[in-house]
Amino acid sequence: MNSLTNLLGWVDARFPLTKLWKEHLSEYYAPKNFNFWYFFGSLALLVLVIQIVSGIFLTMNYKPDAAYAFYSVEYIMRDVDWGWLIRYVHSTGASMFFVVVYLHMFRGLMYGSYRKPRELIWIFGMFIYLALMAEAFMGYLLPWGQMSYWGAQVIVNLFSAVPFVGPDLSVWIRGDYVISDATLNRFFAFHVVAVPLVLLGLVVAHIIALHEVGSNNPDGVEIKKHKDPVTHIPLDGIPFHPYYTVKDIVGVVVFLMVFSAIVFFAPDLGGYFIEDNNFIPADPLKTPPHIAPVWYFTPFYAVLRAVPPMFGSQFPGVIAMGVAVMIIFFLPWLDRGPVKSIRYRGPIYKAALTLFVISFLGLGYLGMQPVTPLFTLLSQVFTTIYLAFFILMPWYTKIDKCKPEPERVTG
Amino acid sequence: MSQNEVDRSKRRFLIAATTAVGGVATVGVAVPFLASMMPSQRAKAAGAPVEVDISKVEPGMILSVEWRGKPVWIVNRTKEMLDLLAKHDDQLADPKSEVEQQPSYCKNATRSIKPNMLVAVGICTHLGCSPTFRKDLGAPDLGADWPGGFFCPCHGSRFDLAARVFKGVPAPTNLVIPPHKYLSDSRILVGEDSKGA
Amino acid sequence: MKKILFFVSLLASTMAFANTELQLDKAPVKLSDQASLQRGAKYFVNYCLSCHSAQAMRYNRLQDIGLTEQQIKDNLIFTGAKVGDTMTSSMSKKDAMVAFGAAPPDLSVISRSRGADYLYTYLRSFYRDDTRPTGWNNTVFDKVGMPHVLYELQGEQVLEVEKHGQHEVKKLVLAKPGKMSPAEFNGMVGDLVNYLAFMGEPMKATRMKLGVIVLLFLGGFFFVAYALKKEFWKDIH
Repeated sequence: MNSLTNLLGWVDARFPLTKLWKEHLSEYYAPKNFNFWYFFGSLALLVLVIQIVSGIFLTMNYKPDAAYAFYSVEYIMRDVDWGWLIRYVHSTGASMFFVVVYLHMFRGLMYGSYRKPRELIWIFGMFIYLALMAEAFMGYLLPWGQMSYWGAQVIVNLFSAVPFVGPDLSVWIRGDYVISDATLNRFFAFHVVAVPLVLLGLVVAHIIALHEVGSNNPDGVEIKKHKDPVTHIPLDGIPFHPYYTVKDIVGVVVFLMVFSAIVFFAPDLGGYFIEDNNFIPADPLKTPPHIAPVWYFTPFYAVLRAVPPMFGSQFPGVIAMGVAVMIIFFLPWLDRGPVKSIRYRGPIYKAALTLFVISFLGLGYLGMQPVTPLFTLLSQVFTTIYLAFFILMPWYTKIDKCKPEPERVTG
Repeated sequence: MSQNEVDRSKRRFLIAATTAVGGVATVGVAVPFLASMMPSQRAKAAGAPVEVDISKVEPGMILSVEWRGKPVWIVNRTKEMLDLLAKHDDQLADPKSEVEQQPSYCKNATRSIKPNMLVAVGICTHLGCSPTFRKDLGAPDLGADWPGGFFCPCHGSRFDLAARVFKGVPAPTNLVIPPHKYLSDSRILVGEDSKGA
Repeated sequence: MKKILFFVSLLASTMAFANTELQLDKAPVKLSDQASLQRGAKYFVNYCLSCHSAQAMRYNRLQDIGLTEQQIKDNLIFTGAKVGDTMTSSMSKKDAMVAFGAAPPDLSVISRSRGADYLYTYLRSFYRDDTRPTGWNNTVFDKVGMPHVLYELQGEQVLEVEKHGQHEVKKLVLAKPGKMSPAEFNGMVGDLVNYLAFMGEPMKATRMKLGVIVLLFLGGFFFVAYALKKEFWKDIH
């Protein structure tokens, strides 16, 4: 024991190990009233680790070559010992990453976690979300099935809608006139090296920013306002370790149960996590009858389709889709409410958030469906609500009749 | 105070239990990942035993086949070659094949199942080059007493026609005799023997 | 820009099709029925493998359905392949293009892209159509390039269209019986599709079994972790 202490002292003299441990775990004081919604941050970190580890092992056997990619995936599934497990973990992890991140973001919306002084946490988080979308999109090309191919084809073609430079831009992205071996190879490079590096950096920034200002909580009140006069520890704060580590272990185990249930009993989850058409090798000459993006992109895909072409150009739809994503960045400055948490907001914000969630889910559903006049109309309605939620926010959060915030956190 | 004591031991127990279960989980996750780095079914299929037709190998000739990506020699030794084998034991590093470089059924004077048929992995035990077959007795470059055998061009290791290494060369041991068996008089299976490996 | 319009219109038009879905018969897939899988494997190498390949499937994987390597070698390999080889077709891609106008698809994961019910219905829905170059058509896959390989067994079906006022009802009628009775033929195709389902994901049985163990373990883990959490959170008021 003594020699261990000595070793620790030796390290601490050269590297702030104990200091880091204290700052981020044992003396990081988090509000004591975290609820269910506060599991998803640590779960997102867990899924990131799962994806990196399973991804590394997939890379050992995957071939980023149009001639071999499809069957190298089947090779992993059959010929590599346990390869099927690693592949299903990675494909399930991709979808679960979005499940967790969407719930994590919704938590932020409910409790105003993006509000001052946490604007940068939100901005970093949004960049993580963007990087994650890029990561997922490029990763989806790698199995080189029909959906991989045509999904990438349609999305990359969106760039050709950009005025003037569009066609050249999409050729540059693909490195060819169609999605091809060159595209596959560069998407592989981005998917396994570039984007993960960016993601990791952003995650570190996200956490550093969080630990600088401290966590928000379901009451949306600052625990740093009331500190113990002697110890200067927030009265409503508890050390993250051990209290939230032991709590998060429970969350992790429950999450892993859901995760394993999918991996072992329904890895394609009825076509939502792995699409049936992706078991057909990519064929540049044959479009599958029904192309839909994977579920996590469908809300934005529905926004794209909701906007009719104007002046013979699809560009307005592309713009709308871009706006639908980018507007989320501005949330910290759009919200003018006097309180943060939904617990003390008035009826208008509650109604607005409910409508927003309905439209987001509705758009997600419509993005998977074939286009019909009714569905297009619905997409337009939902898109309008979606955008209105943000655009009108400065106004309706201000006039909303809020309840008074408590001084201290409640139970 | 006593209340505190009880709590502490309970906590210690629960921490130990959680750590133990978590440790089992970690090992359970690590095993499939590490196991995935073993040879795949494709590698195993490629490394499967190779059937060789030896009826075309005339006395004094060599046939080279591939097994697990390595050359395997099949040499049909003539009566004269076999007679010479016993005459240079004093020059060999391991004339009796004491080092386990062959299956037990080949630990004999000719290092083979049938005396004339040598089956050996053609990879030098020094640094992995493939030696050349030199049956020319007393070859000028190998010395007047060269009894025929294999010469490694990389670092000059020498082996006789039973694939035994000579003294004073870089290679430390005799060449490897792979497991093999006769399916019939004219067919052998390299890579598997009767023990059902 | 035109390309996008093209894609969007393509989406629109093809999606309209998807609405008129065919009624598919339920395939009798039972992965635990090894006898059925073994029969299916035999039909597969006899009837399918001459034109189609299954390049992801190794012959020795058939040990998973209760066959020994020797049985596989003796009864199921006709191409001179080794038991560790994958199931390649004896027909070259070029020959196939000439014969059928399109290369027959690889069948390794066909059960995953099409679904067992589709395959079960498709293989039983060929009918005589002299307007087609092969002389065969299919109610599930209109203008299919593949001829009816199993017609000696099933016999010849013809398509009868009955008009009920506005809508038509299409029915397949057996015009010339084959070597098998309809029940026998359904059983045979059932075995074949069962095998195709197995081949699409040979590890399925393993993953289901392992899944139960993993979930039970995590269930136990939950209790320990929850007890730990509760113990620590006694401190928090």
